[in-house]
Amino acid sequence: MKLGRHSDLPLKGDATGRFLPWLVALMVYLSAVSLAGVFVLNGLVRSWDHDVSGTLTVQVQPVPGEAGEALTDERVRQAVELMRRTPGVLAARPLDKKQILALLEPWLGNTDVVKDLPLPRLIDVTIDADSNLDLVSLADRLSRSVQGATLDDHRIWLSRLINLSRTTEWVAIAILVLIGCVTSATVIYATRTSMAVHRGVIEVLHLIGAHDDYIARQFADRSFALGFAGGLIGLALAVPSLTAIGWAARRIEGGFLPSLSLPVSGWVMIGLLPVAAATLSMLTARLAVHATLARMP
Amino acid sequence: MRHNRRGEHIIRLDGVGLRYGLGPEVLRDISFALPSGSFHFLTGSSGAGKSSLLRLMYLGLRPTRGRVMLFDKDIALTKRYELPALRRRIGVVFQDFRLLDHLSAMDNVALPLRVRGVKEAEVRKHVPELLNWVGLADQINAKPPTLSGGQKQRVAIARAVIGRPDLLLADEPTGNVDDHIAMRLLHLFEELNRLGTTVLIATHNQGLIDRFPQHPRLHLERGTVYEAEEVPA
Repeated sequence: MKLGRHSDLPLKGDATGRFLPWLVALMVYLSAVSLAGVFVLNGLVRSWDHDVSGTLTVQVQPVPGEAGEALTDERVRQAVELMRRTPGVLAARPLDKKQILALLEPWLGNTDVVKDLPLPRLIDVTIDADSNLDLVSLADRLSRSVQGATLDDHRIWLSRLINLSRTTEWVAIAILVLIGCVTSATVIYATRTSMAVHRGVIEVLHLIGAHDDYIARQFADRSFALGFAGGLIGLALAVPSLTAIGWAARRIEGGFLPSLSLPVSGWVMIGLLPVAAATLSMLTARLAVHATLARMP
Repeated sequence: MRHNRRGEHIIRLDGVGLRYGLGPEVLRDISFALPSGSFHFLTGSSGAGKSSLLRLMYLGLRPTRGRVMLFDKDIALTKRYELPALRRRIGVVFQDFRLLDHLSAMDNVALPLRVRGVKEAEVRKHVPELLNWVGLADQINAKPPTLSGGQKQRVAIARAVIGRPDLLLADEPTGNVDDHIAMRLLHLFEELNRLGTTVLIATHNQGLIDRFPQHPRLHLERGTVYEAEEVPA
């Protein structure tokens, strides 16, 4: 166990021991939130990707008038027929009025007021993602064959959403990298301060023949212990926050937002953050000590 | 392990000069050699540069010019990672002791052994023996701030000799002890010398030097080292 190894340097009473764990705790907290964001966005992008590559919607405008309902039904039937005959289409399923109203509910609330309005009819079309379906010519053929029917390809707006999500994901990763850099810079500063405080002891160890690594290891062990303690504090603060965000997100789901829950792999990664922070602190301290000792004769 | 046979030079300085920063040269044209197994006193007035010369010899400083050969190695050409092995063959008694205040006398003396990775059982056997020899058996767990000047000096000496060094460099090692203890410590150095350690003791104590006339004297004056008989008037 690293934490219990022999040390010749009186590092336990250092001022760095008082501020470094809290700083690492803050960094781990922010990292946990960023990491959770990355995982949730990744899940969203994946589900949207799947939606984009797998489905289309055909929209049939309602025909006004008394005989309109029957005529609209006939147009829907023709459109379904056409879609089913098209190679690459796996299924074409018309949605009934109840399903259409259910789709509108998150936006319009109580649908009693709109149920008598002439709503466009929708056909949910599932396509083979691997087929090279020519959507432009299919849309053209549909609008020529069935009056009032249009093909709604989700790709454009969904790809913009995915782009936005991907950008946000990269920003979150950049934040993680920045947090790592800030943690390293703080550890370097703390280590150099500590080395300045204990310069006399370091010189004695150096002059009696201690290898640089013998001295560096003692600072690295201390940094690991402080980083780990801080990491655990940060994790203890992050878990309730993420749980609360997840709970709040679940309350507004129900079709309006896709699932915002954090996958198990996300929780595992967040659980490993204290070890990652401690390891980063340890390696940074070790390198900082080596760099400083290299300037000694 | 002794690498140098008696008669070979354990350390040789050729035309060595030293200056701190852009200041004047505090040491210049230093050329002398210590044969393996020799015992020398280094004398010189206060501020003559004795401590600086010793720092050069225990690799606490690099010369600004000239060549230092230590254990047949040119220090300027020695790789940095090879220096700890050379330092472990040198025992140093610092003028200001440089004991670690947070460690007990036992742990201070044990430092050179722990740095070398000597087993703890060996450390716990040899360190108390040596502390007993220098008259500090009852202070084994005491920390330096609670020790007198003379006691600190003996801890520092014990730390310098615990590793049976090939070269012992002592800066005023008897400055804070009474004559009886001073003689006892000098006899310890002689004993080490008989076992093969090359010894150089920088001291002001003319009375002590006179009691050991068999040991040659190097004299540092105006930044240059002379054999005692060739000191200019």
